[in-house]
Amino acid sequence: MENLLQQLLNGVTWGSIYALIALGYTMVYGVLRLINFAHGEVYMIGAMSGFYVARALGLGVEPSLLGLIGVLVASMAICGVLGATIERVAYRPLRGAGRLAPLITAIGVSLFLQNAGQLVFGADPKFFPPLLRASEVFRAGHVAITNIQLTVLVTALLLMGALEFIVQRTRFGRAMRAVAYDAPAAALMGVPVDRVISGTFVLGSVLAAAAGILVGLSNPKIDPLMGLMPGLKAFVAAVLGGIGSVPGAMVGGLLLGVIETLVTGYLSSTYRDAIAFVILVVILLYRPTGLFGAPQTEKV
Amino acid sequence: MRGVLRAAVLGLSLASAAIGCSGGSGGGDSIVVGHVASMTGDTATFGRSADQGMRMAIEEINAKGGVLGKKLDLVTEDDRSVTEEARTAAQKLLQRDRVIALLGEVASSRSLAAGPEAERAKVPMISPGSTNPKVTEGKEYVFRACFIDPFQGAVMARFAAQELHAKRLAILFDFKQDYSVGLAEFFRETVKKDGGEIVADERYTSGDIEFRAQLTTIRAANPDAIFVPGYYTELGLIAKQARELGITVPLLGGDGWDSEKTLEIGGSAVEGYYFSTHYAADSTDPRVQEFVKRFGEKYGGTPDAMAALGYDTARILADALTRAGSTEGPKLRDAIAATQNFEGVTGKITIDEHHNARKDAVVLKIEGGKFRFYRNVSAE
Repeated sequence: MENLLQQLLNGVTWGSIYALIALGYTMVYGVLRLINFAHGEVYMIGAMSGFYVARALGLGVEPSLLGLIGVLVASMAICGVLGATIERVAYRPLRGAGRLAPLITAIGVSLFLQNAGQLVFGADPKFFPPLLRASEVFRAGHVAITNIQLTVLVTALLLMGALEFIVQRTRFGRAMRAVAYDAPAAALMGVPVDRVISGTFVLGSVLAAAAGILVGLSNPKIDPLMGLMPGLKAFVAAVLGGIGSVPGAMVGGLLLGVIETLVTGYLSSTYRDAIAFVILVVILLYRPTGLFGAPQTEKV
Repeated sequence: MRGVLRAAVLGLSLASAAIGCSGGSGGGDSIVVGHVASMTGDTATFGRSADQGMRMAIEEINAKGGVLGKKLDLVTEDDRSVTEEARTAAQKLLQRDRVIALLGEVASSRSLAAGPEAERAKVPMISPGSTNPKVTEGKEYVFRACFIDPFQGAVMARFAAQELHAKRLAILFDFKQDYSVGLAEFFRETVKKDGGEIVADERYTSGDIEFRAQLTTIRAANPDAIFVPGYYTELGLIAKQARELGITVPLLGGDGWDSEKTLEIGGSAVEGYYFSTHYAADSTDPRVQEFVKRFGEKYGGTPDAMAALGYDTARILADALTRAGSTEGPKLRDAIAATQNFEGVTGKITIDEHHNARKDAVVLKIEGGKFRFYRNVSAE
């Protein structure tokens, strides 16, 4: 029992990383009907920029919470700009060009960032500076939670809460929902569609950057190809929750993390990567709209 | 995906091919030797260290007039720590540079990938540090300068039983690496044979960063020690996460830990852990002391086991070349196979009928942020 609780805790922490990345997929899909396959690379750039910012500030020798917040904010800002740039350069020129062209462009951007990453950062793995010194904050029997796990969880939940607030309670959020619902009608009502789409990319990229920093904190090995697998997994998480649905991406991410951890802990890690794609196939076969997606009627 | 890199590599290959022609690699004034090495990627220190050791050996040999009246020349091809790339790297060295011998790889999976190329070309290959038995099995031209895993696995199993009095053991191995799979297997066998118990047997994949699920399962089994026969990158992360989960029993490993990166990644988390390897830099053997001193003067820092093995490997080749009196594959192969009591920095090397080196192992302990000699284990 204690073991199961510990595994659930491990799973939720791991899953919150997937959830943060999955949100970017789902929001972009919501407004553009585009699977932004370059999103995993934005997460990689997030971790990398965190690494360089920490080094430039001379952090990592002495753990500091303030330093962590600084690195987090800086990296989120960098990725926000990156996200807007990707949208402006790679996707906006293809607006109205059907759905296949932007999809292929997305794969191209992903490959470009992976290879540019190898050129700029080098192919060697880097090790994220220890911005927190690991210590237990809570223990009941054998179930222990460390400050690192707690930081990952709390930061992820705060960011998801902030996102929910932006989407539901602000003018920008309302505009975003309007564009997602019906872009041409929203444009006719005076919603600046291009700016909303750009803002959506910024939001998604900021969350991916946070995921990159949190992974650097709890699993401190980063390299230019690190975005590949988590990017695909987060995509599965978004589909699992119902692509286009913000709460769906959160729940899908957490659920995928828990499933992976339980499979690894109780069966074998051999199945860890396979399970995500089995879920993808099953969901697409039996419930293509995912857990939270509303059944869509085809517009004729 | 690797388009840009491919282009860069292609450019470099063309450039070096041009140099190769003008420099006269075939029948010129130098004997060209190839090194398949992981110069970048997850196990980059293996390739870099081995390369430094080899270059130092070759420099010394050339300073003394080279072999067969010619200078030795080392061409290194990076495989980025990727199994499939090791084969490509070997092909490039054999076809483009027409090397007379291949040195490398350190990782067993990559030596297994490169070996068949050496066989086909009938060019001898000497691996400095691949310890999986399969690397040389059934091969005519593949040799190694190190001991093999049935021995290394038994060393650590006996060490756990005798020195740590550990009866209940857990294993966490990398099932994508032949090295790790093999070492885990021989460790398991020896523990069972000696009456110990394997209470948890978990696995991971090279490149993984999250090990908390496996470690939680291992923790629940309450072992006396945990055997992690993987490479240093994952080991560092595993050690950190094990400490976070409150695991206090020692982790044990093999020569895959032998890299300064273990200390850099693991930090204080790897303190008090033990691993078996090929040599100890703090040994009192004058030969080792001399090697460590000269290595430090040339490159700075302390040479790890892969550097020492790289150094020995290049010298074994030079010795065999002199005895063979020729660079022809079959003759060179026979000369390498006949290596007897060669005095290396990693011990006295005799190549046996299975093309393996019979040598002692050492167990190192990680203490005060350093690898320290703990004890010697004889091959007998």
